[in-house]
Amino acid sequence: MNITKKEVEHVTNLARLTLSDEDLDIMTGQLDTILSYVDKLGELDTGKVEPTTHVFSVTNAFREDRVTESLSREESLANAPLQNGESFQVPKII
Amino acid sequence: MKPYELTIAQAEKKMADGEFTAVELTESCLDRIEKIDKKLQAFITVDREGALSQAIAADKERSAGRVGALCGIPLSIKDLLSTKNVKTTCGSKILENYIPPYDATVVDRIRKEGGVILGKVAMDEFAMGSTSETCAFGVPQNPVKSGYVTGGSSGGSAASVASLECLGSLGSDTGGSIRQPASLCGVVGMKPTYGRVSRFGLTAFASSLDQVGPLSRSVTDCATLMNVISAYDKKDSTSVRKATPDFTLSLKKGLDGVRVGIPLEYFKQGLDPEVERVVQNGIEVLGRGGAELVDISLPHTEYCVASYYLIASSEASSNLARYDGVIYGYRDQQADSLLDMYKQTRSKGFGAEVKRRILIGTYALSSGYYDAYYKKASQVRTLILGDYKKAFERCDILISPVTPTPAWKMGENSDDPLAMYLSDILTISANLAGVPGMSVPGGVTGEGLPVGIQLQGNHFREEQLIQTAYHLEQELNLQPLLLDI
Repeated sequence: MNITKKEVEHVTNLARLTLSDEDLDIMTGQLDTILSYVDKLGELDTGKVEPTTHVFSVTNAFREDRVTESLSREESLANAPLQNGESFQVPKII
Repeated sequence: MKPYELTIAQAEKKMADGEFTAVELTESCLDRIEKIDKKLQAFITVDREGALSQAIAADKERSAGRVGALCGIPLSIKDLLSTKNVKTTCGSKILENYIPPYDATVVDRIRKEGGVILGKVAMDEFAMGSTSETCAFGVPQNPVKSGYVTGGSSGGSAASVASLECLGSLGSDTGGSIRQPASLCGVVGMKPTYGRVSRFGLTAFASSLDQVGPLSRSVTDCATLMNVISAYDKKDSTSVRKATPDFTLSLKKGLDGVRVGIPLEYFKQGLDPEVERVVQNGIEVLGRGGAELVDISLPHTEYCVASYYLIASSEASSNLARYDGVIYGYRDQQADSLLDMYKQTRSKGFGAEVKRRILIGTYALSSGYYDAYYKKASQVRTLILGDYKKAFERCDILISPVTPTPAWKMGENSDDPLAMYLSDILTISANLAGVPGMSVPGGVTGEGLPVGIQLQGNHFREEQLIQTAYHLEQELNLQPLLLDI
């Protein structure tokens, strides 16, 4: 086994998801198959290989810190599931 | 010929000659959609009113002598590109009612050139899939054979272009999502070099791999659309400062001096004999046309799927963290704590494939597994990039199949994620290496299913792809697709 049901449950929580017990079993099986397949990468010796995270080595793209046109508050809030005209609202935290 | 049947170049000429107006052309496409899309299901949203007002504006511009490159041309847009005031769902329930307050840069560029946006087309949820079957709002059918998949994730784009609902489309390609549906539906599709086209307003799946590109009914139209969408954009920090050539100038350059590489690993086991026949024929056509044919090896090809699914899923797990029910999109209203609200919103809003990839990605990035999975995959990515560097010392273009098989029946593979991932083996490497790739129709199988030919080139050498694809298109001179709609 590459991954256990307990580990999948842990990762599910990290990813802010929930799965029913039955779905957890299915997902564990599928992730195990996928992870067994990607173990194939272990055949390659990459000890001295630098990782590529970006094809072109672009460094930070800076711009002038200048005020430009942006969305109005009304437009920014328009898609919110819950808002009070000034801010986004979420369930009570404290 | 009905107006909707024309290519962009043909329609442009007829509008210039006064044979019909942009409004008439747009109405002919809208009527076509009305007639066939109930069954085809290429469109998620049809914006009849918006399209007609853009067409009226285009006609006015034309009569005032201001003729943009796409003046009055009706197009469809994959539903993960932001369109101001037009719903953008990404094929997901979590964005079912999301109406963006801004246009993606590519959408803005199309509008500025007079293009008419008919609506938004179907796709796999968040572009995660190879058949468009994970779309939450209806699965598009292959216009050439009903009951068969369009491919994916830009399945709605390919289906809408192939079925003559629109004259062209924009899709996105993270691991083959433009080229593969273009091949399975019999249209031209291009994934440009990473950084050539702005990603601003493209909903992120895997940011280091995603790229926007065109789907069209001819190579000439592909060049025209590439001219419009390619440009440096200060709103996308990964967009590259590079002058955009006039891609239409490459069309008629011929093949003299072009070295065409045949990557041996792309012709290994599992290749459908009819696909192989079509591609071999394409190779012969290029050989006869004066191209020099070279055998090439890309030795790490067999590792691309494993590397890709770790990298793409890792990036996706981070990118999709933003769907939390707070700022936009679906929220579960029952939950009473913030944490529970996040979890319920995401669990009810995302489909199974998206959850699977978020979980693979979260696992690959989690403490203790990062080196074994994400870092290892990124090192293998370096080796794959190295394969291309070596290959392009000996050739200019790589020719191969796009997919190992033609389109398959809907429902096959949908219970076997790994089998589905493996079907992308011939398109994924281009995204890992950031090189441009293209699918151009090569022929049909005995059953009449389209088969595309893939061309890949070196970074920023789209001109050579267009040049080679145009030669293939002219020499093959394929019959129009026989539609089953």
